[in-house]
Amino acid sequence: MIRFVANRVLGMLVVLFLVCLFTFVIFFVLSPDPAVQICGKNCTPEAIDRIRANLGVDRPFWTQFGTFLAGLFAGRTYGTGANAIECAAPCLGYSFQSSQAVTDMIVQRLPVSATVAVGAAVLWLLAGVAGGLLSAVREGKFADRFIAGLTLTGMSIPNYVLALSLQFVLVVTLGWLPFPQAVPFSEDPLQWFQNFLMPWIVLAIGMAAVYTRLTRANVIETLQENYVRTARAKGLSPGLVWRRHALRPALTPIVTIFGMDFAGLLGGALITETVFGLNGIGKMAADSITKNDQPVIMGVTLLAAFLVVVGNMVVDLLYTAIDPRVRVGSTA
Amino acid sequence: MTDTLLRVRGLTVSFPSANGPGEVVKTLDFDLARGGALGIVGESGSGKSMTSLAIMGLLPKGAERTGSIEFDGAELTALPERAMRSYRGDRIAMIFQDPLSSLNPYYTVGTQIAEAYRSHRSGVTRRQARAVAIEAMERVHIADAARRVDHYPHQFSGGMRQRVMIAMTLSMEPELIIADEPTTALDVTVQAQILDLLAEIRADTGAGLILITHDLAVVSEVADHIVVMRDGDLVEQGTAERIFTDPQAPYTRMLLDAVPRIDDEIGLLRTLTEEAR
Repeated sequence: MIRFVANRVLGMLVVLFLVCLFTFVIFFVLSPDPAVQICGKNCTPEAIDRIRANLGVDRPFWTQFGTFLAGLFAGRTYGTGANAIECAAPCLGYSFQSSQAVTDMIVQRLPVSATVAVGAAVLWLLAGVAGGLLSAVREGKFADRFIAGLTLTGMSIPNYVLALSLQFVLVVTLGWLPFPQAVPFSEDPLQWFQNFLMPWIVLAIGMAAVYTRLTRANVIETLQENYVRTARAKGLSPGLVWRRHALRPALTPIVTIFGMDFAGLLGGALITETVFGLNGIGKMAADSITKNDQPVIMGVTLLAAFLVVVGNMVVDLLYTAIDPRVRVGSTA
Repeated sequence: MTDTLLRVRGLTVSFPSANGPGEVVKTLDFDLARGGALGIVGESGSGKSMTSLAIMGLLPKGAERTGSIEFDGAELTALPERAMRSYRGDRIAMIFQDPLSSLNPYYTVGTQIAEAYRSHRSGVTRRQARAVAIEAMERVHIADAARRVDHYPHQFSGGMRQRVMIAMTLSMEPELIIADEPTTALDVTVQAQILDLLAEIRADTGAGLILITHDLAVVSEVADHIVVMRDGDLVEQGTAERIFTDPQAPYTRMLLDAVPRIDDEIGLLRTLTEEAR
């Protein structure tokens, strides 16, 4: 068991290192010279060289990568003397456009993205699993077909269409929700809740559709299992057969997918955050792409990769609790 | 109390299809004496498994069952599902072919053995159920049962898993055990052990046994009465001795001829030919 965890952590570190390396290569190769951007209009070749030296981008690739990695763990300093900029660990880079460390920018926006992700996840998990179960129980009947139609619709509508339509209907036409204004939870919980309600729904609908289908398929498949027949042959009540022998095996794979989806969403919902003007990581990523703010794009990319890898590991560890075949090896 | 434990008359199992109902079991008649052992023999697709599921009331969705199945004087086909459930596992127990897939990988064998006991007997504590599970495992000769009771199915070998399945039926002291190809997934030496175990349990508890198999060698060791089935039809039935020494139907003779014998002259293995079909 300890070996399993150690293996997992080690594997995760290797993956994260590779992700850093690839991301760094991509931005190293593709990036336009940041010195030119910083230098501005009245630029001389000497000034550019000076900025390059300050940034360290005149040094070879591996040196730069080494500095970057070291910055992640120990922080780093850009430039020297009076103009030096401190970037504390974990330093993901420094945005010269907004004069802020990328890590600080992410930390500021993470609560918004996390709120969006958690709320949406709760909604889609509840709706998806409930819809899937209902569909499986009523397989082939009206409810099943109706839900199948809903999931198809849910999966087909693009996020931004749904977001804008919802806004138009709920805020403009019906006036059920106030026009979104950024307020912290402590100030006005109701307004806060109303602000997040639409993003939650928009994100949850597409995902709920996928989870409904997944749950339905898993449950129907599990009900065909020989051990379900055994449970029936023992004379267990249908409720017990369902709860004990069908649900647990059927819902286990959902945990895997959920871990990945949720971790991915923590790294920001680009479209939804942008449409609803939520100042989260997704919107920050979209903005920095428009402004070509390389360090921020790279920081967000690394964060997303990190979250997915960690999410994956959490799922693996959860599996040891859920599935005895992973927890205890075969002794036979 | 009658001497007949199970009386099957005109049992027909059919599935609806585009060109009318397809019958997989056709007007089957047989009896099983109390404590007797009946072998149902046939090729795959002969309807023998469907017969057993029909008795259990566990036919797959869409299947239709007609005819009469009388167990200990009660007409099972007339029972509502709820009442049927009190027979299943408690008075009629079933052992399936593939013990690995027939056991739920998520629960310990102890939980699965005790489960039937807890659901049929009211007011059973966890501790009592566990004791019952351990006792059942000891009766099927699983060594170190008190420790093994907390193991999961994947921690057992194939033969041990089948012992667990048998222990599962034992905890309820059923009057009838239906074993559907209980040894098919096991290797030959383990097969013999499982058959010995079934015989031992029958001797101990006086339970009736229906053994369903395609393997005449298996049936010859266990059954005292044999039903031969083909394509859902009853080909012939009689005492085991009569079927083996004086088979009436050509199909039965072909089946017996297809069993390789140690004293056979060396030649081609005989298979079922079209004339017998």
